[in-house]
Amino acid sequence: MSILDGKAGDRRLYMGNECIARGALEAGVSVAAGYPGTPSSEIIETLAKAAKQAGIYVEWSANEKVSLEVAAAASFAGLRSMCVMKQNGVNVASDFLLHLAGSGTRGGMVLVPCDDPGALSSVNEGEARHFARLVEIPLLEPGDFQEAKEMTQWAFELSEELRTLVMLRSVTRLSHASGNITLGDIPPQTRQARFVHGGFILDPMEGPVMSAPVTYKHGQQQDRIRRAAEIFETSPFNTYTGPESPELLLITSSACNLYSKEAIHLLNVQDRVGLLKLGTTWPLPEKLVARHLAAAKAVLVVEEILPFTEENVKVLAQEISGETGYRKFYGKRDGTIPSTGELSPDIVAGALAKVLGVTYEAVDPNYKAKANQYAFFGAPNRDLTFCPGCPHRASFWNIHNVLAADGREGFVCGDIGCYSMAVLPSGFSTLKTLHAMGSGTGVASGFGKLAPFGMDQPVMSVCGDSTFFHAALPALVNAVHHKSDITMAILDNSGTGMTGFQSHPGLATDAMGNEVPSIDIAGVCQALGAEVRIADPFDIQDTQAVLHELLETKKGVKVLILRQICALSPQKKGKKSFDMEVDADLCRGEDCGCNRLCTRIFRCPGLVWDAENKRSVIDEVICAGCGVCASICPAGAIKKKEIAKVA
Amino acid sequence: MTGIAKDPYNVIITGVGGQGNVLASRMLGNLLSDQGLFVTIGETFGASQRGGSVMSHLRVSRTSAWSPQIPLGQADLVVSLEPIEAVRVLAQYGNPGIKVLVNSRSIQPVGCISGETAYPPMDDIRKWVAELSAQSWFVDATNAAVKLGHAIFGNVMMVGALSATHELPIEREAFGRAMEAAMGPEKAKKNLQAFDMGAAMVAEAA
Ligand code: SF4
Ligand code: SF4
Repeated sequence: MSILDGKAGDRRLYMGNECIARGALEAGVSVAAGYPGTPSSEIIETLAKAAKQAGIYVEWSANEKVSLEVAAAASFAGLRSMCVMKQNGVNVASDFLLHLAGSGTRGGMVLVPCDDPGALSSVNEGEARHFARLVEIPLLEPGDFQEAKEMTQWAFELSEELRTLVMLRSVTRLSHASGNITLGDIPPQTRQARFVHGGFILDPMEGPVMSAPVTYKHGQQQDRIRRAAEIFETSPFNTYTGPESPELLLITSSACNLYSKEAIHLLNVQDRVGLLKLGTTWPLPEKLVARHLAAAKAVLVVEEILPFTEENVKVLAQEISGETGYRKFYGKRDGTIPSTGELSPDIVAGALAKVLGVTYEAVDPNYKAKANQYAFFGAPNRDLTFCPGCPHRASFWNIHNVLAADGREGFVCGDIGCYSMAVLPSGFSTLKTLHAMGSGTGVASGFGKLAPFGMDQPVMSVCGDSTFFHAALPALVNAVHHKSDITMAILDNSGTGMTGFQSHPGLATDAMGNEVPSIDIAGVCQALGAEVRIADPFDIQDTQAVLHELLETKKGVKVLILRQICALSPQKKGKKSFDMEVDADLCRGEDCGCNRLCTRIFRCPGLVWDAENKRSVIDEVICAGCGVCASICPAGAIKKKEIAKVA
Repeated sequence: MTGIAKDPYNVIITGVGGQGNVLASRMLGNLLSDQGLFVTIGETFGASQRGGSVMSHLRVSRTSAWSPQIPLGQADLVVSLEPIEAVRVLAQYGNPGIKVLVNSRSIQPVGCISGETAYPPMDDIRKWVAELSAQSWFVDATNAAVKLGHAIFGNVMMVGALSATHELPIEREAFGRAMEAAMGPEKAKKNLQAFDMGAAMVAEAA
């Protein structure tokens, strides 16, 4: 079913990200751009699928900064535009973001960052909200599914009224949760794009668009923020439920609104606690918040992740303390609410119970003790691992073995993608540094200059094909230019595997399904002056020989492109290249000198250990038929039989 | 009135990344939402899916949306696509009144494959689940699905099995219509067959 289906009043079950996409469409968005990242990706994906029919333009940009620039251009030309990214994407975009806040916008423009409290699918707990205060743009936080749609729609109007970028912040538990919403209508596309630039230099609508003269433009931006605060005073997205003078005022926003509601329900304290849900969290609607502060005895702020609203409200409470007197605050600063990890109904219920002095026991302790005991013994942990048939398992197997044979304690610097899991045993613990997109190669470039200080370890980096274009390119340029001695492995699996196969500049199809020129990674690296080799990681002998040669005999920057399509890619999924079988007579089981190399070390979930017969066996339901394990068994017990390709 | 025994009625669908947990929860969510119920679903996506334990939380209500996370100890029904995942979920969300439907085909954690930990015997798992729940059903959905042509039908069988437990208002006809709208009459027929096989397995297991 398309996101375009349905008219005003129709009821749907939508994922939070779909609510945001639909809200943008109902606002008449014309251009949307972003870079994939969990939990944000489905917004652009949903819009891209509908783009042709809706007559809008949608792209996966090379990185988040470029996506913000692309979306801004549409706004400068008078169109409504949206830009979407995960939390740390805003860090990448932040340089342009700062200048865009200064220059102002024309057509309504909304930036949607999706934060990931608890790092459910991230290697950081960064938070985009602070950027809104830092660069001084209005911040909205939907508190449920219907609001996710409606606030998105309203964000465009607000942006147009104030002539500033508006940030609408979502979180994993909203973006990736689903709920019922009622639709509105989608208007037809009527706006014409025209960039007017010939007017007076200070004219925001007809002059050139820039953040200079800086203090003048900065002052204008602060005027806009003051006007935003005025508008927020009467916004229907700020709601209050509870007694007129509550014993405790609970201030919350975003998914924490749903947790707080549930916690109040669990503890049955509706008559003691007032719930002030803020949809417009920055700038604060000060008069509204002040009224509620005056009516309550104490305040608990429930939010993710750092004490953002807590601090803003505390500043306000101090300013009005002359009239209201002292207010006791509970929240992150006093440890009532944790300031790392995601919250949950239970955490909020626990905090409320403590503050109110009531007891809450979720489960009967006898049941709990028994269940815990069974789970401890009976539910062994599931470590994250590469998919069966994943090219990365083979790539890291090769890299790991070559570095081990080399014997100089070589190591690999990594970055963000499925291959980050190579810090774990399922990637043979090959990655030794793990930071931001493209950072593996930047850090390696630095390591590669440490020979004069006595460092003699081989230095490698890895990055994916999408990451290569995102942020590894400048690092590679740097390494070549400074003659750093590194080997960069580009794990080219033809797509942005981790987030669901979004397009990137190396592919021949764009987000909307159009044919586009693909940029050849090998050609780019060669042109930059690197020594380039290409190998198939499934060909274990060849890959290891090539890598060995690069490490031992070449100086400077070497690039090894390991090319094999992601096991989950639509081209591959469900299609096996080989029928696999373990020959029970040849498999020497525990007597084998390899000490169960196949299952103990290689650990593909498709190859399991039959403890009863002491042999390894293929699990046909799970095995992806990539054939790699056949090359690692020293006894030749794992057999592969090619499956004829159906044309 | 649409039959849910409690409001909100809390369902957890659990399994291992790659088993189609998200699709199963959406399929179920849509069937319930189409009857006018409010459904809230919380899910696990992304890297946490790769071989890890995954869970979808479904809150079913006549009146409103609920938190996408079910409070600890508050689940009413667990649908487990893998046996040990049922035990894991019970330790967090279980209570003496809970009901549990389990696909009995195991997926070994890498720790078990490598020999660091051991996968418990199936009889023990059955015993634990029975002890920790008011009622439980174990069905061999994956293996039946492989016989039907592909392991992927296993989840449809689980939905069929779920309908036969009568814990949630799931109608065969509505399922058939939804399948036909999504994938055409040919594939819908096969899915209905899987649905019926699942329902029959619960009748036998009971
Ligand atoms: S999604 Fe692709 S790249 Fe990621 S672990 Fe699975 S096979 Fe590997
Ligand atoms: S062929 Fe071997 S390595 Fe490849 S998916 Fe199957 S079990 Fe895993």
